[in-house]
Amino acid sequence: MADEVILLDYWVSPFGMRVRIALAEKGIKHEYREEDLRNKSPLLLQMNPVHKKIPVLIHNGKSICESLIAVQYIDEVWNEKSPLLPSDPYQRSQARFWADYVDKKIYEVGRNLWTKKGEEQEAAKKEFIEALKLLEQELGDKTYFGGDKIGFVDVALIPFYTWFKGYETFGNINVEKECPKFIAWAKRCMQVESISKSLPDQDKVYGFIVEITKKFGLE
Amino acid sequence: MADEVVLLGFWISPYGMRARIALAEKGVKYEFIDKDPRENWPYLLQMNPVHKKIPVLIHNGKPICESLVIVEYIDEVWKDRSPLLPSDPYQRAQARFWADYVDKKIYEAGKKVYRTKKGEEQEAAKKEFIDMLKLLEKQLGDKAYFGGDRLGLVDIALIPFYSWFETYEKFGNLNIEIECPKFIAWANRCMQIESVSKSLLPNQHKVYEFIADALKKLGFS
Repeated sequence: MADEVILLDYWVSPFGMRVRIALAEKGIKHEYREEDLRNKSPLLLQMNPVHKKIPVLIHNGKSICESLIAVQYIDEVWNEKSPLLPSDPYQRSQARFWADYVDKKIYEVGRNLWTKKGEEQEAAKKEFIEALKLLEQELGDKTYFGGDKIGFVDVALIPFYTWFKGYETFGNINVEKECPKFIAWAKRCMQVESISKSLPDQDKVYGFIVEITKKFGLE
Repeated sequence: MADEVVLLGFWISPYGMRARIALAEKGVKYEFIDKDPRENWPYLLQMNPVHKKIPVLIHNGKPICESLVIVEYIDEVWKDRSPLLPSDPYQRAQARFWADYVDKKIYEAGKKVYRTKKGEEQEAAKKEFIDMLKLLEKQLGDKAYFGGDRLGLVDIALIPFYSWFETYEKFGNLNIEIECPKFIAWANRCMQIESVSKSLLPNQHKVYEFIADALKKLGFS
């Protein structure tokens, strides 16, 4: 019996992008459904009643919510190819730690870059660059956080790269200047097919951010 | 070669308790270093330079940080006994989801209950907290534990907050047993389990006194 896989998502969400990448890495045929977040579908509300958020992965009618949980689920079910987590328990714990770090730091701080002003924005800029530098340090000489191939942390982190034009323009920072190794890693990731075909264009995301800031008077 | 296992923790931390319960479930011998992380603790800073927080599990010299990451690590290394996560991937995803729910919601909601002054804000905080416990009751259903017949990841993630209930109740003027009897019944069942009760969960009153003292020092009454 063929698997039925549906992804409820929103094109600009870095969390949704994570699941897209994982599905692509594993070559999983699925149906992508774009949600209107101002008018959430009955299916979304039924499949994620607790948080009512995307992404939601629906596998043979059963829902898996929270992007990193969905990525781990995908890795465990479709385990014959392209492992996203290492097999060694210690290395797995490190991968989970750093994916959790991305969750705790990059989204919120990045968001503050384009939504805040003045002192708060300056603090966000500093924090953002520090976080990227710490990640550069963790990457070290490796090609990807996963080693020779993309892994859990790469999948967790690379989606935020699509938001960089927004962060840089609104936050008035030059990430490449401050964190060249990070940008080099990001560019290597964008050469990976499962990533490049899962991520929206940076310009499109930038356009989205501009629209939101205008709408909410954040310029 | 014998395993060397050290846990850096602080007695009152629900996050530290998670690691201790997991180690006890697996029967792992370890050294517990109990210290207030706000004090000068260079070893902690060395082992957890990123967050500078407890708990930190140190296994043969290598640190693992973040309580749920630690619990999964313990489950994977000492995998021959007392599985903490189910083997089925969908059930594992559900266990992780609810453990994450506890992380995102319970600590902050509970904190609001005892940190906000009496009035509208506190009433809202109390309602939010009780609603969360009710949702967890629903998730538990008729099961003895969230893990089924045995303790699992969600039980371990959640039960430590039970030691803070006297604090929530006294400061919030709440009676959790009346509002959520199934939740309290589940908590009492957990307390019957050796790995949970044997000096792992501090006395509820001790926690209350510590928090009351800390709040007084901060100028709350």
